[in-house]
Amino acid sequence: MKSMDCNELVELVTAYLDGALDADTRARFDMHLLDCDGCANYLQQFRETVRTVGRIRDDELDPAFRKRLLDAFKDFR
Amino acid sequence: MSLRLRQPGIPLTDESALIAALSAGDETAFAHLVDQHAAAMLRVARGYVPTREIAEEVVQETWIALIKGIDKFEGRSSLRTWLFSVMINIAKARGMRERRDADAAIAACTGGTVGPKRFRTADDPYPGHWRPDEVPSPFPDTPEGSVLGNELVAVARRELDKLPERQRVVVTLRDMLGFDSAEVRDLLDISTANQRVLLHRGRAAVRQVLEDYLVDHS
Repeated sequence: MKSMDCNELVELVTAYLDGALDADTRARFDMHLLDCDGCANYLQQFRETVRTVGRIRDDELDPAFRKRLLDAFKDFR
Repeated sequence: MSLRLRQPGIPLTDESALIAALSAGDETAFAHLVDQHAAAMLRVARGYVPTREIAEEVVQETWIALIKGIDKFEGRSSLRTWLFSVMINIAKARGMRERRDADAAIAACTGGTVGPKRFRTADDPYPGHWRPDEVPSPFPDTPEGSVLGNELVAVARRELDKLPERQRVVVTLRDMLGFDSAEVRDLLDISTANQRVLLHRGRAAVRQVLEDYLVDHS
């Protein structure tokens, strides 16, 4: 099995997290992680990034726009 | 809330109860749904149309479509998926952006998502591996609501707003709003592979600014 380099692994992280790698590539990914702290950390950073984006909240809706939507509801009922 | 008063025990998160209330003309139920989804819809709509004003019109049309069609809503998809799907179709019709351009732009996305200088060169015994001074460090554990956690969310949000539109829409739907891969594929009508390219590039850009922020502030 051909080994995986770090610069190859970093491009496959999203596919890895989606469970979308073929079995051979996934095995090379997992084997690489076993003895590369840098890539294990990179994967951790990526997971933290996804979690951080998941914490972004939108601003409150502009009150004027909200009122327009609620008025539309009244008009159409 | 009036819903609770009238129908004790049915929480506002119960979708079929909300839909029934909406059918009955319950304004509180409508306001609740607007507060839940309209801001995220606006964010996504902005990826398709040139101005905030048009994005607002698109979102408004979507809610009107829901009001008109609520009696026929069959609950085959979640209400949220339905709202985004209708909204994206309206936005596309208004947006005048060609799908072909989008796919070409995705195909043109080559090149790494991590700076090539961080890796050892071909003349090194370990080509393609992290340079010793460039090895990533783990991000700190930041509980929700902690000061650093809030700062990182703000940094991520600024970068998300700056991403190229297609990346921004995919990262928003997948990571911010929690749609799954199949839902996003159907909503955006792009291949799973292209979706993954956009998602990966967008996430990698956000990861980079978070790393820069943490290095600068430690």
